[in-house]
Amino acid sequence: MSFTNREWWALIHGMVLGALFLLAFAGGLAGLYSLRPELVTSAGVVERMRRLKIGVVAMAVIAWLTVITGTWIVYPWYREETPGSAKSRLLARSSTADWHNFAMEWKEHIAWISPILATTVAFIVLYYGTNLIRHDRVRRTAILLFVLAFVFAGIAGALGAFITKVAPVR
Amino acid sequence: MATTTHDQPRAGERTGDIEYPDRPEGPISAAIIAAGVGALALGILTTLAEASTSVADALEWSERVGPLSGKTILAVVVWLAVWGVLYAVYRNRRLETRTALIIALVLIALGVLGTFPKFFQLFAAE
Repeated sequence: MSFTNREWWALIHGMVLGALFLLAFAGGLAGLYSLRPELVTSAGVVERMRRLKIGVVAMAVIAWLTVITGTWIVYPWYREETPGSAKSRLLARSSTADWHNFAMEWKEHIAWISPILATTVAFIVLYYGTNLIRHDRVRRTAILLFVLAFVFAGIAGALGAFITKVAPVR
Repeated sequence: MATTTHDQPRAGERTGDIEYPDRPEGPISAAIIAAGVGALALGILTTLAEASTSVADALEWSERVGPLSGKTILAVVVWLAVWGVLYAVYRNRRLETRTALIIALVLIALGVLGTFPKFFQLFAAE
């Protein structure tokens, strides 16, 4: 019962960072949503802002780590020009070729939009700080971008999980 | 769309222990538009690499990663460069985020379209 080096990296990329990303998103979204004048007190806002800043920065950092490990560590193994690589196995049969031609082709690109948006939200929170409490439009904008970052990561993550199910990186 | 009301604190005010520093929206708008440009750059590079083998070859900055290496690094560089320029331009301005968001959403939509395989494969080089 053990994993190879490649399987460990695939796990770190997909499951470890994926789970942390989900946690950071949930925390950040709850923090942004509740940052309204009627829901915050003077005593609570300091703690809430600190948690929000940690949440959004963590999500941005995790998103970057996910795309970097995916693109620069796991993806080269996936696309190796050997008969046993995941890409070769998928393309060998017409019934599985679309897992590469559509799923992987979309996943490998769209994933990179997520850290860009997550970083933008982290900047908004760090720069604007408590002003998000009084300025509803900016807060809602941050929420929308935050959700979009999650959606794009979710698409990439789901496609990655399906591809791994059909042809895992070995 | 909801905005600040008279019941809410104004920029530069302090209510209780909460301070609301007076900060213009310009830098936020700059960041939002730059994110859209970054997404668009990725979409354009993805489609160009599919349409032209010479572009794909030029973007192959890493043999192991293939053209994806150049596409992603270049998109990130474009995003950061545009962010830097827009920040310098808008850092003291009160450019509303509503306008920036609309611009960014259009750019993001185009960027996503450019990364969508059914779209960029229409331009596949023979």
